Amino acid sequence: MAMSRRQRARAFRGGQYGVLILAIVLLAVFADWGTIRDAFFNLDAASTQFPEILSTALVNTIIYTALGFALGLGLGLILALMKLSSVGPYRWLATIYIEFFRGIPALLVFIALGYGVPLAFGIRFDIYSTAAIALGLVGSAYIAETLRAGIQAVPPGQIEAARSLGMSQTRTTVTVVIPQAFRIILPPLTNELILLTKDSSLIYLLGLVRDEYELAKFGREGLNATGSLTPILLAGLCYLIITVPLGYLSRYLERRTGRKVDEGLKVTA
Amino acid sequence: MSDVIIEVSGLHKAFGKLEVLKGIDMSVRRGEVVCIIGPSGSGKSTLLRCVNLLEEPNSGAVRVNGFEMTDPDVDIDKARRTIGMVFQSFNLFGHLSVLDNLTIAQRKVLKRDPAEATAIARENLRRVGLEEKANSMPSQLSGGQQQRAAIARALSMQPAVMLFDEPTSALDPELVGDVLGVMRQLANEGMTMLVVTHEMQFAREVADKVLFMDGGVVVEEGPPAQVIGEPRHERTQTFLHRVLNPVHVID
Ligand SMILES: Nc1ncnc2c1ncn2[C@@H]1O[C@H](COP(=O)(O)OP(=O)(O)OP(=O)(O)O)[C@@H](O)[C@H]1O
Ligand SMILES: [Mg+2]
Repeated sequence: MAMSRRQRARAFRGGQYGVLILAIVLLAVFADWGTIRDAFFNLDAASTQFPEILSTALVNTIIYTALGFALGLGLGLILALMKLSSVGPYRWLATIYIEFFRGIPALLVFIALGYGVPLAFGIRFDIYSTAAIALGLVGSAYIAETLRAGIQAVPPGQIEAARSLGMSQTRTTVTVVIPQAFRIILPPLTNELILLTKDSSLIYLLGLVRDEYELAKFGREGLNATGSLTPILLAGLCYLIITVPLGYLSRYLERRTGRKVDEGLKVTA
Repeated sequence: MSDVIIEVSGLHKAFGKLEVLKGIDMSVRRGEVVCIIGPSGSGKSTLLRCVNLLEEPNSGAVRVNGFEMTDPDVDIDKARRTIGMVFQSFNLFGHLSVLDNLTIAQRKVLKRDPAEATAIARENLRRVGLEEKANSMPSQLSGGQQQRAAIARALSMQPAVMLFDEPTSALDPELVGDVLGVMRQLANEGMTMLVVTHEMQFAREVADKVLFMDGGVVVEEGPPAQVIGEPRHERTQTFLHRVLNPVHVID
């Protein structure tokens, strides 16, 4: 009894739904709902978190991420230009840097900066600088690769037009290439901002006092103080307050610039 | 200043092993319109791009408007200001409005103040019949309008010579006339022009001199009536036969 292709596809999809329903049923039957409710939805524990979770932790997470992203963007642009340079040593340096910071866990970068730098150099920056440097180092490696791809996606005809109008190479890069690359990379760059927001949860490794807590640290302290998981749930929700709108922004930009870029390429290709 | 605006001598250019230009000698005098015709792959674009050094020649000399383009110490950006270039694919800056496309190099390269740059840009938009498109984005224009805007952009630098690389090849047939009209008007105003084209009618009517290229050499050159009207070389005859009777391409 051979099945047609359509029958096979239907049977396969039916099987998938079956597995999903089974998983939900098992979860509902075996999970201890009472305990889960007490642990995650404890209103008393929740009330102890406000307003600091918003006024301190959420704000700090945003500040750390913004500083780190700004530094990462600047550093990433320099690295991307180095990687595209005709000067060999620039390219090698950028490649080594990118491979290094992209290849090691962000956790190690934070530990190195939090403990290693004060040990090795006897200096200690304030927490905002250190956090910005750590996030910037981690972010710049990814951002550099995104920028490089964006710069290379600018049609060569645009560069030739600029050069034949008498613009120098630097002038062409600043006036024509970077603005156009920026439109292409805006969506992936937003994604990198989301990743960096989550990486900011590692800042606790730098050693924070209460005013410096970001969301993850704040949530864990709440867990210790209340013995309830509710603060963790709240911290998670606060991350979503930042990342979900960014995700929508990214998709919106993708739709908008995607169309523009297509038109641009059609025109210039 | 010499009367010869472009002088090319002994020009060789290879891409890797592929020899594309095998010793080109040619010149364009002030106010002259020179058209280059020839089959696909014969090196016409490469020759044009060697003139403003978008391609670096392997050997030979290129002199444009007093600049030794092939001299390693030449200020290439300064030289290029005097050489307008129009591309087959227009290459308007996609992130800038039409007006900004025309003013950006005036401001950043020639350091003109914005008011002067805008005035010159508007004047050139008027020349190509696009005054009302000043604030449009390039993507909102038809191909013919984009190409006329690209011509106006080059003209805004007030170049001594204009290079055109098949400016109408990417256009729908009904838009070709507008662009050729603008070029014809430029020629009438005395602009020095070097034009790679497949538009034989245009070459015949507007050119002072026609060059036929094939296989990386100039096979034949002379007034259009001779090169297009009564070609001497067999290769020129075959090419023209194909171009002028496209229906009989198969024979
Ligand atoms: N950047 C490049 N790298 C390698 N080969 C190239 C490059 N540019 C051109 N060529 C080759 O050089 C030869 C001449 O190209 P060119 O564009 O000058 O021809 P053309 O006469 O302008 O042809 P067409 O009428 O199709 O535009 C072709 O074989 C082409 O493939
Ligand atoms: Mg060509």
